Amino acid sequence: MANTQHATTQHYYVPSSTIWPFIGSVGLALLVLGIIRMLNQQGGTILLFMGIATLIYMLYGWFGEVIRESESRTYTRWEDRSFRIGMSWFIFSEVMFFAAFFGALFYARHLSVPWLGGAGEEANTHEWLWNSFSAVWPTNGPANVGGSFEAMPAWGLPTLNTIILLTSGVTVTWAHHSLKIGNRQNLIYGLAMTVALGFLFVGLQMIEYSHAYHEMNLTLKSGIYGSTFYLLTGFHGMHVTLGAIMLTVILVRSMKGHFTASNHFGFEAAAWYWHFVDVVWLILFVFVYWL
Amino acid sequence: MVMVRFLRTATLATLLLAAKAQADWQMNLTPGVTEVSEDIYGIHMMALWVCIIIGIVVFGAMFYSILHHRKDKGHQAATFHESTKVEIIWTAVPVIILLSLAVPAAQALIKMEDSSNSELTVKITAYQWKWQYEYPNEGIKFFSSLDTKSRKAGVKNSGIDPASVEHYLRQVDSPLVVPAGKKIRVLITSNDVIHSWGVPALGVKKDAIPGFVNDTWFNIKTPGEYRGQCVELCGKDHGYMPITVVALDDAAFQTWVTEQKTAMAAAQNDSNKEWTKEELIEKGSKVYATTCSACHQAGGQGIPGVFPAMTGSKIATGDIKAHLDIVLHGKANTAMQAFGNQLSDADIAAVITFERNGLGNSVGDMLQPADVKAAR
Amino acid sequence: MNAQAVHVDHDDHDHGPPNSGMRWITTTNHKDIGTLYLLFSLLMFFVGGLMALIIRAELFKPGLQLVNPDFFNQMTTMHALVMIFLAVMPAFVGLANWMIPIMIGAPDMALPRMNNWSFWILPFASVILISTLFVNGGAPAGGWTMYPPLVLQTGASFPMLIFAVHLLGISSIMGSINIIATIMNMRAPGMTYMKMPLFVWTWFITAYLLIATMPVLAGAVTMLLTDKYFGTSFFSAAGGGDPVMFQHIFWFFGHPEVYILILPAFGIVSQIIPTFARKPLFGYSSMVYATASIAFLSFIVWAHHMFTVGLAVEAELFFMFATMLIAVPTGVKVFNWVATMWKGSMTFETPMLFAIGFVVMFTIGGFSGVMLAMTPVDFQYHDTYFVVAHFHYVLVPGAVFAIMAAVYYWLPKWTGHMYNDKLGRIHFWISAVFVNILFFPQHFLGLAGMPRRIPDYSVQFADFNMISSIGAFGFGFSQLLFAYIVISTIRKGKQATDIVWEGAKGLEWTLSSPPPYHSFSVQPVIK
Ligand code: HEA
Ligand code: HEA
Ligand code: HEC
Ligand code: CUA
Ligand SMILES: [Cu+2]
Repeated sequence: MANTQHATTQHYYVPSSTIWPFIGSVGLALLVLGIIRMLNQQGGTILLFMGIATLIYMLYGWFGEVIRESESRTYTRWEDRSFRIGMSWFIFSEVMFFAAFFGALFYARHLSVPWLGGAGEEANTHEWLWNSFSAVWPTNGPANVGGSFEAMPAWGLPTLNTIILLTSGVTVTWAHHSLKIGNRQNLIYGLAMTVALGFLFVGLQMIEYSHAYHEMNLTLKSGIYGSTFYLLTGFHGMHVTLGAIMLTVILVRSMKGHFTASNHFGFEAAAWYWHFVDVVWLILFVFVYWL
Repeated sequence: MVMVRFLRTATLATLLLAAKAQADWQMNLTPGVTEVSEDIYGIHMMALWVCIIIGIVVFGAMFYSILHHRKDKGHQAATFHESTKVEIIWTAVPVIILLSLAVPAAQALIKMEDSSNSELTVKITAYQWKWQYEYPNEGIKFFSSLDTKSRKAGVKNSGIDPASVEHYLRQVDSPLVVPAGKKIRVLITSNDVIHSWGVPALGVKKDAIPGFVNDTWFNIKTPGEYRGQCVELCGKDHGYMPITVVALDDAAFQTWVTEQKTAMAAAQNDSNKEWTKEELIEKGSKVYATTCSACHQAGGQGIPGVFPAMTGSKIATGDIKAHLDIVLHGKANTAMQAFGNQLSDADIAAVITFERNGLGNSVGDMLQPADVKAAR
Repeated sequence: MNAQAVHVDHDDHDHGPPNSGMRWITTTNHKDIGTLYLLFSLLMFFVGGLMALIIRAELFKPGLQLVNPDFFNQMTTMHALVMIFLAVMPAFVGLANWMIPIMIGAPDMALPRMNNWSFWILPFASVILISTLFVNGGAPAGGWTMYPPLVLQTGASFPMLIFAVHLLGISSIMGSINIIATIMNMRAPGMTYMKMPLFVWTWFITAYLLIATMPVLAGAVTMLLTDKYFGTSFFSAAGGGDPVMFQHIFWFFGHPEVYILILPAFGIVSQIIPTFARKPLFGYSSMVYATASIAFLSFIVWAHHMFTVGLAVEAELFFMFATMLIAVPTGVKVFNWVATMWKGSMTFETPMLFAIGFVVMFTIGGFSGVMLAMTPVDFQYHDTYFVVAHFHYVLVPGAVFAIMAAVYYWLPKWTGHMYNDKLGRIHFWISAVFVNILFFPQHFLGLAGMPRRIPDYSVQFADFNMISSIGAFGFGFSQLLFAYIVISTIRKGKQATDIVWEGAKGLEWTLSSPPPYHSFSVQPVIK
């Protein structure tokens, strides 16, 4: 058992009181209140920006504190293990978040759309309500919601994006390797390339969206295809952005000389997250674009 | 002391209530009037007895222990705390019991889900908050909603004693009429939100899902009147959406079918003639009361934040085209449904004319059924 | 089990920093945070209870007397949301915060700052949720299950509902990550997994349920949001979606959720019964495996809430069998509790009374659960008061009684004050009597065909509704006694001993009452 490694006298660092989480809660509350008011068409933009600003301030303060502690060797392997467990299960929770949307995609493709088209148990549905509809994927449903549209082909930008993300997975691993053998120069190169590739991905994704909206009439309103397409790729894109920001912070820290060959959990956490985002993309590429 | 007094009051209250109990209350599931509902009843009773017996055994052992193995009786604690043997026994025994329940349940279920070989098809469409019954082969179609007596008595502080209203909240204006002794296939769908069509005596409960059609069936053994309610929360008047099924013998059912056809033909004529404004307002006030007042309220005042007022409404006092449009097509993602497929041209023309010239509005214009037809 | 070297760091005050507002806002101490959770939950229990009383008052007799149908539906919806997300779940998290570190010999939770955040999101989320009552159009009224398309008709409170759920989800996920990290990483040397107290075990498994399901709920409500405001078609047939799809996703969360509400309760009862039976828990390892089996099964039974939506027969059969199977591991737990009492040397202080009440009444609720699980019969029971009776039996004399048992069990440890046990026993007896008057007649109502979520009903249902309402008021007001006992014990009372209960075993009893501000700065060694 891992526990037997540390003696009874070992000390676990329990931080003293902190205001950051509370500020974080205020920030979250302002943020969602802003969005709520915007959705209700009661303004809200100011609240939204106040929320974002508060959250940035909080992250800056909170992580600043953690980084200071980390750099002053406050953490031992014991605390480090807590962070690892925490980060792993956080990523797991993100996986489950995406699972909800993939679930919706599979449900629509294998159940609801065929039913509407007259297959299986729900044959009455087709007969009585939608008898001119034939089920094919992609579809915007029997009511042709949002008007006819073109589906996003897999070969083209999405393939390029796949290559970009896969490459970024390699560069971040290279950076990690360099860190472990103490080659800081390559660490920084590797990270910088990863971040650049990440933002490039997001940029291309924006171009793809703009193309979809303006030339293909593929919008959020394009029935179930548009819905699953945009929510899956959209949330993925948001996660890429977040991951890239995390890696940027790590890059800046690396340039400041943070991390050692044996102690660099912050780096690893960001890298794990990056790999997670990568894997989600692969699944997405297969099921949203390709098949 | 406090406790004793509490207990005494509670018992007293319970006894008093039991004494004045109404004659028609019921404690158990109804065996119903179809083979399916009887099967269900049988399984229900079996499960109930199984639970009661397990309960007696488990609680019996527990209370025996509570009574005898107590410290104040000087009982010394034993030290055993494990036995793989008993763990296996009390895993296996419940498995066997559950299997003996699951098998008949599965058989009943398979039977229930088989709606083939039916002799009559009825299509039910749920609306907020009424049912539409359609007999596709007979060409009959009508709405069924809460009867006016219940509706009046059901208003907050109406001053009418619910007990004085027959079948309070369980009576409709036009019931679903079916022949007894025939297998009737029911197709169920909805126009707006999810509702559920349930009549305990028939052993039927099926959700009405907008955009999908579910099917089920029943075969009523004895003619009679059977009641149920909408059983899926569907908004404000979910509690006011009863179901009455009348099962007639074959001959009486045929007569009913003929009557319905005549009545439908008469209604058709309304939409072809030219109306005067007074006639329209007169008719419109009735349509409004049955169809619109559930939301926009009898006086047109609406419910702030939920249902807009008709009195002074921008749409109801503005461009008549927009007014017609919202009534015909409704508004997506709100409770305002498309009434175009519920009401006849005459009804729509009438209710719009009424809204513009009643309920405190006085726009002065009017709409003819022909205008509605043209706008469809 | 034996603890050595209970030792307090010299720079720590026994009672922590001075009792200022800032202390509670900024604290990273697991006991402070546990206390915050518990007090918050007590408050919310009364708020949710008040809503229940409004429901019961309206249902006292046929006819509408007090509220309009729309407001009634708001009460039903908010009552459930408040009770589940703001009362019962936070209460369990509070207990976890207080007890897990102490029970496994840890200095604190593994991630103390995040612990603070998990709590402090809650008050903000609940203000957003509860303030929906005051916005134009009122609170959400589509039921706590939020089924579309009905819920999409909600007015200005709709986005508030969605984002409150998001925030509550974030809070729960962070809380569970913390609990998992604490249990995996902070156990004292020698505290192997199979030596952990059952309360710790049940929470360990509950935390996984939370992490696996809360994000799914977040996804589901996000789709609601985009369907309403951004024109997506997830739940609309016209665009190729399906309203029933929401139900699948919701119940994939919702069913594990109900076990989230009961597994920690199982843990609590498994702590209390051995103490007062003065006999070790019977079948410790089978209890652990049973808990894990329940958790596993909970992921493959969700559609038993949806038998009437028109599933394929094969699906209905599968979900029926899987659901009935849950009775087996749950039965194992019940039998093990009985076997623990068997040939013990029992005394019946307040915690034990609540624990026994739990076993009896939870089992009754479990029985009706098994009846509901049988698909053909569920066609009759579904969405009637039979279901309402079922889930209140497992939730009120189930989860809530277990929480109260836990409070009575550990309150002297937390506060250092002993409460008046006689008053506690009175509280138990009146609660137990009234809770049955409240919920037992609802079985009859359901069987007779009374649908749930209706503000007014046919005259044939009048008698049992009246009895039930009397029970509700009796039960509700008895809880004022609970609040009184808890608050007065916090303030003053006879000094409690360290061990408090004669038969108590476990690390928490090796600490002083109240325990030092930092529990095990130096970890004990478990032999
Ligand atoms: C703490 C919460 C909790 C718990 C523990 C349970 C436990 C169970 N529940 Fe319940 N349930 C709810 C909370 C809970 N439920 C809620 C909130 C709803 C309604 C949601 C809504 O619609 O709003 C609901 C609804 C619900 C339904 C849907 C009903 C409907 O809407 O039509 C069903 C159907 O199968 C069901 C089944 C079960 C079963 C089989 C168990 C089992 O786990 C019970 C197992 C326990 C026992 C069986 C007792 C002990 C066992 C023995 C002594 C062994 C021997 C016994 C036998 C062999 C029978 N529940
Ligand atoms: C953990 C969850 C939990 C708990 C503890 C409870 C507790 C109670 N519940 Fe309920 N309930 C649900 C979860 C819960 N419930 C759920 C999930 C639903 C389904 C919702 C839906 O359909 O969407 C539901 C629905 C529900 C209904 C059905 C409503 C309907 O279908 O329209 C009813 C009706 O009787 C009811 C009653 C009660 C009562 C009387 C209590 C009592 O136990 C409450 C005890 C009362 C108090 C504790 C109040 C004390 C207050 C005072 C004495 C006043 C003083 C006030 C202050 C000081 C502020 N609940
Ligand atoms: C189930 C509830 C319900 C019923 C029944 C109903 N309405 Fe509505 N109606 C609404 C709602 C909700 C709106 C607001 C829609 C929106 O958000 O713009 C509305 C809006 C309207 C408006 C526009 C008012 C304005 O100022 O925006 C008119 C006109 C109207 N309804 C007419 C009718 C007529 C005529 C009927 C009956 C034939 C009817 N309604 C029945 C719920 C209902
Ligand atoms: Cu229709 Cu409830
Ligand atoms: Cu369930």
